[in-house]
Amino acid sequence: MSGVRVLVGTRKGAFILTADGGRGDWEVSGPHFAGWEIYHVKGSPVDPSRIWASQSSGWFGQLIQRSDDGGGSWNPVGNEFAYQGEPGPHQWYDGTPHPWEFARVWHLEPSPNDPDIVWAGVEDAALFRSTDGGGSWQEIAGMRNQPTASTWAPGAGGLCLHTILIDRSNEDRMFGAVSAAGVFRSDDRGESWRPVNKGLVSSAELPQPEAEVGHCVHNLAMHPDRPDVLFMQKHWDVNRSDDGGETWYEVSGDLPTDFGFPIEVNANEPDTIYVVPITSDSEHFPPEGRLRVYRSRVGGNEWEPLTKGLPQENCYVNVLRDAMCVDHLDPCGIYFGTTGGQVYGSADGGDSWEAIVRDLPAVLSVEVQTLP
Amino acid sequence: MIRVQLPYHLRNLAGTGREVELEVDAPVTQRAILDALERRYPVLRGTIREHGTADRRPFVRFFACQEDLSHDDPDTELPAAVAAGEEPFMVVGAISGG
Repeated sequence: MSGVRVLVGTRKGAFILTADGGRGDWEVSGPHFAGWEIYHVKGSPVDPSRIWASQSSGWFGQLIQRSDDGGGSWNPVGNEFAYQGEPGPHQWYDGTPHPWEFARVWHLEPSPNDPDIVWAGVEDAALFRSTDGGGSWQEIAGMRNQPTASTWAPGAGGLCLHTILIDRSNEDRMFGAVSAAGVFRSDDRGESWRPVNKGLVSSAELPQPEAEVGHCVHNLAMHPDRPDVLFMQKHWDVNRSDDGGETWYEVSGDLPTDFGFPIEVNANEPDTIYVVPITSDSEHFPPEGRLRVYRSRVGGNEWEPLTKGLPQENCYVNVLRDAMCVDHLDPCGIYFGTTGGQVYGSADGGDSWEAIVRDLPAVLSVEVQTLP
Repeated sequence: MIRVQLPYHLRNLAGTGREVELEVDAPVTQRAILDALERRYPVLRGTIREHGTADRRPFVRFFACQEDLSHDDPDTELPAAVAAGEEPFMVVGAISGG
């Protein structure tokens, strides 16, 4: 019987939640790397027993751990992330130039086709690639060397490249998102990038609401079988592109608030998408203290709240950008983690939810592997 | 033998006890000790000193003989008691937070 392995990164370690295809009976292991911040844990789509974890600490810096047995054991691999050449400045919070400085790895994106290739999105925003399973890392400097990069400024969480999407059918085509700069597209496997933010409107955040860069994109999602259609949760606004990011339009529709962090696409229904509305950028918790996932079955604009099994009073947690994911079973499973330490799962496309665990450290990321 | 004490997380990474012993040629300096430590335990590269510059990470401190040596030049000779193995060279995670 097939199964799932949910990989959870938290402020104080990593946890692995496993279940069979019924997704009702869970085994929890961890904390792995207890006491360390684990920004992201993700497995290779080619070899599911190979998993990478971004382990970091304000004291002791960045490590990358790799497991080759599905998370049973781990070994540290390469942890040197050196910018190519002399990195120039980006804008600092006060508008002054600030030198590019490596802080941490936010996101690890394994290649869809090669188990030795893995990409890393880092703070300060840049893209690194390993072609030896994480043993060594090279900056692919086309992202950081774009003409607009000197104007990028950090969001509250830092100037981070937090989202990497790779078109499974054409690995040359990639999308990256930087807070607070926007979305960038590459058509040559990451060597060169260009901003693709046309149609985004950031009236509350930018003096020029439709600027080429500067948008605080929180997360992107793509169905692997329909790579031209992208969905975006921006700081404010849920957006959609039907042409590979060339143009965007808003699909917030009847959401109670269009602020939020993660966005996901159902693995079996490319027009079914999920967001978790958060009250505002000033109040990072669900409206009215009611935790609701919203689902659109028509690719946006028309949304329905999903509440069964989720707390509907006194809930003041947040769900961060990399903390929601979908499995590839049918019906599709959806998982998300909260800053309150709960990981919720739905085995029926979002109709009902259960807390798989309730009292973990604040959850930074949730990924899932669908196992044969 | 030079004695080096490591903080909890670095001990776990290196798979050692609280204290490790290292052969370090004279003159015994911070740099000489840390170079030897990283040769023995490559996993510690980048965790105490930055890659590239070899600068001390901001929230790491070096203590020995009841003194904070964190701001000393890394090529300054350490106290004789450290070089003789009578006192440990301590790598410490700085107090941080509330």
